[in-house]
Amino acid sequence: MAVEIPVDKWTGKIRELKFGGGGRKEVIIGGASTLPYLKFEGEPCNPTRVAITIHDCEPPYPPGLLSAWGDVVKDPSEWAKKAVEIGADIICLRLTSAHPETANTGAVEAKATVDKVLSAVDVPLIVLGPGVAEKDNEVLMAVSETAKGQRIALGNCEEKNYKTIAAVAISDGHIAIAKTPLDINLAKQLNVLVSDVGVPMDSIIMDPDTGALGYGIEYGYSINERLRLAALMGDSMCQIPIINHAGPETWRQKEARAAEGVPAEWGSLDERAVIWEELTAIACINSGADLLVMNHPKAVEMIKATIGKLSA
Amino acid sequence: MALTGIQIYKFLPKTNCKACGFPTCLAFAMKLAQGQAELSKCPDVSDEAKQALEAASRPPMKLVTIGAGEKKMEVGGETVMFRHDKTFFHPSALVVRVKDTQSDDEIAQTVEAVTKYTVERVGITFGMDGIAIQNDFGDAGKFAACAEAVKGKTDLPLILMSDDAAAMGAALEKIADAKPAICGANKDNIDAMIELAKANGVALGIKGDNLDELAELSEKAAGAGVEDIILDPATRGHGDSLNALTQMRRLAIKKQFQPMGFPTITFPGEGASSLDEEAVMAAQYVAKYGSIVVLDTFDPAMVYPLITLRLNLYTDPQKPIQMAAGIYPIGNATADSPFCVTTNFSLTYFTIAGELESTGIPAWLMVCDTEGLSVLTAWSAGKFDAEKIAKTAKEQDAASKVGHKKVILPGKVAILRGELEDEMSDWQIMVGPMEAMDVGGWFKKNWN
Ligand code: B12
Ligand code: SF4
Repeated sequence: MAVEIPVDKWTGKIRELKFGGGGRKEVIIGGASTLPYLKFEGEPCNPTRVAITIHDCEPPYPPGLLSAWGDVVKDPSEWAKKAVEIGADIICLRLTSAHPETANTGAVEAKATVDKVLSAVDVPLIVLGPGVAEKDNEVLMAVSETAKGQRIALGNCEEKNYKTIAAVAISDGHIAIAKTPLDINLAKQLNVLVSDVGVPMDSIIMDPDTGALGYGIEYGYSINERLRLAALMGDSMCQIPIINHAGPETWRQKEARAAEGVPAEWGSLDERAVIWEELTAIACINSGADLLVMNHPKAVEMIKATIGKLSA
Repeated sequence: MALTGIQIYKFLPKTNCKACGFPTCLAFAMKLAQGQAELSKCPDVSDEAKQALEAASRPPMKLVTIGAGEKKMEVGGETVMFRHDKTFFHPSALVVRVKDTQSDDEIAQTVEAVTKYTVERVGITFGMDGIAIQNDFGDAGKFAACAEAVKGKTDLPLILMSDDAAAMGAALEKIADAKPAICGANKDNIDAMIELAKANGVALGIKGDNLDELAELSEKAAGAGVEDIILDPATRGHGDSLNALTQMRRLAIKKQFQPMGFPTITFPGEGASSLDEEAVMAAQYVAKYGSIVVLDTFDPAMVYPLITLRLNLYTDPQKPIQMAAGIYPIGNATADSPFCVTTNFSLTYFTIAGELESTGIPAWLMVCDTEGLSVLTAWSAGKFDAEKIAKTAKEQDAASKVGHKKVILPGKVAILRGELEDEMSDWQIMVGPMEAMDVGGWFKKNWN
């Protein structure tokens, strides 16, 4: 019996977005014209890329994650090198020390860290501020200037604070990350705002937010799917590649941190924690992530292998 | 696809005899279309019409039951491609497979561990859904004995796995009353397997090397009178499985293509060389259209994350799991115990309740109705504010529970303190830690 396979005809396509250049390795994300990895439906696009999180100071990681990295966590350039060895397509540097409640470092330190990381590795870079509006603007301005020409991504542009970051991204030719809290309309609207101030459409990534497994993954999953469907149906403001922070979300949760005082039915912490990140990641991939940010070396290896198999 | 009233009307006798209890055939047809009447109420409807109407009202994917006891497993019955379209209804069944080549001890250990495994999340207790028994040894007697031994050790539904009809028959002789599914049929043995499924009234698993073959075998089995079918597209990798299972779901849901209108069975362990690999594969099946997921490893560190993912993806997107508003005692709370406030999102409640419990200090936990939203989400949606907290405290008569008149807020809504001081002026407002897991340390410092 010849079964007639129902192939959905899509009119839209996710934009391709290029990281790097100017001597730096180039990485292209996006380009999908089908739901994730449906080969029978259209041309394959760039596979989901994996960025690895590093911090500019020793982060409050749980012991298992900290020891998986070892001493490199004390030095962002060493950390970046090791991340590349493990398979990072991109480095996602968090300027954690710039937070007013930690070391409250400023533009000078941020510039120095980014210079060091840029010279340590040749893969592209994402730089995230500490998540406090004034400080984000201060440090990202310095970072943008020093990385001029190398097309890095700067984040996050949020509804209440996007103008400064968008402006420096435009003037230095970088990518702006537009972050919204789990709402498809807010995501679209911020894309509009960011492009209205002049960021080219092929220089925006959206972070529609996701919760970790057990902490809101279902919302992230459905928002990803809805954004992807809207994009394929032709909604131009949704045709922007999606970034999901699967790793950082996971490692905040108790299931990835607690060895004691939890039920035996949760299994061993080391295995459970890594699987927690992997399952968060695979849910993101299956719902439409173009770029995943991850944390644990073992989870990165597994997810990269999985992406390879999905694309094969 | 559901028919309209007019379409149904065309099949009715059009005599307006009123025997169905409706004034006209058309009125009856309209009620049928809305699912508010039963076709059997019309005595004169022709067999041909009956068939057509039944086929049209059949759900796009059949709900299949495996097992006989209280724990019987229900799989399939889905109606949408995406959870946001409505919801997914029947969570993927997580099954663990044992093989008749394993030692008796090994099998007994696994079966026992799988059967007694339970874990709680957001106040709901979950367990494993079944055990599959694989005929690898190649001997019918041995397979049957293994099946019988497993059945003796578990009340979970069973899936018999063999492509040897003689072995399957031998195993069914021992355990047919447990209503196991028999996974087993393929193009070479389909006739014998159909006979076994029919004779024993059990669900039949069918494997096809491609969708054409699978559809053909499925149609054959259905045509022969097998009602409960489970489909295995024989794909085992990430990419081929995703593509095949998506195609099958689309054929069932969007095309009402009956040969594919059945639940699927998947095998993440085949081809996986590590625990993680099997976990990731299984997770993909939970997300993308696996109705039964047969694991080859049983390890809580893998199973608990999978159960969590399944719970998340199968939660109705329209209604988060919620708690009733109220003041709940944690341990033997007394008038001196700390009095904490939280929202009615079940995840929030059970996270903080669990942590309070593990401090060993009895406490009160007051749950406000925030329409199932977490602390910060509810706060930003205007559903968890000082007014709501004060109102809940009053309605639930907080003052009668504690003598100290101190209320502890979640750290994430420290901002509510000022307003709450106005709303509950005779209470002292304290701000707890941001994260539930720090509440024990916080008590040590701030509560005596
Ligand atoms: C999932 C989610 C949603 C889901 C809702 C899920 C739900 N049922 O609540 C959806 C998609 C619907 C949603 C919507 C919105 N969201 Co939302 N959402 C999240 C997300 C990802 C996770 C929330 C969650 O479930 N946390 C887990 C629970 C367990 O946490 P919790 O309730 O806070 O409980 C913890 C602690 O507070 C503590 N605790 C709890 N009770 C108590 C009590 C005491 C005494 C103590 C000591 C401790 C304690 O224990 C828990 C564990 O530590 C967060 C971001 C994130 N990653 O955290 C954003 C987030 C909460 N959302 C946010 C926003 C803005 C919104 C929207 C307003 C966006 C919009 N405009 O549409 C809407 C509002 C909803 C509406 N209008 O109906 C913001 C809030 C910003 C802020 N700082 O105020 C966040 C932080 C995202 C962000 N980074 O911007 N959201
Ligand atoms: S019983 Fe049948 S024939 Fe009579 S009115 Fe009802 S639908 Fe029409």
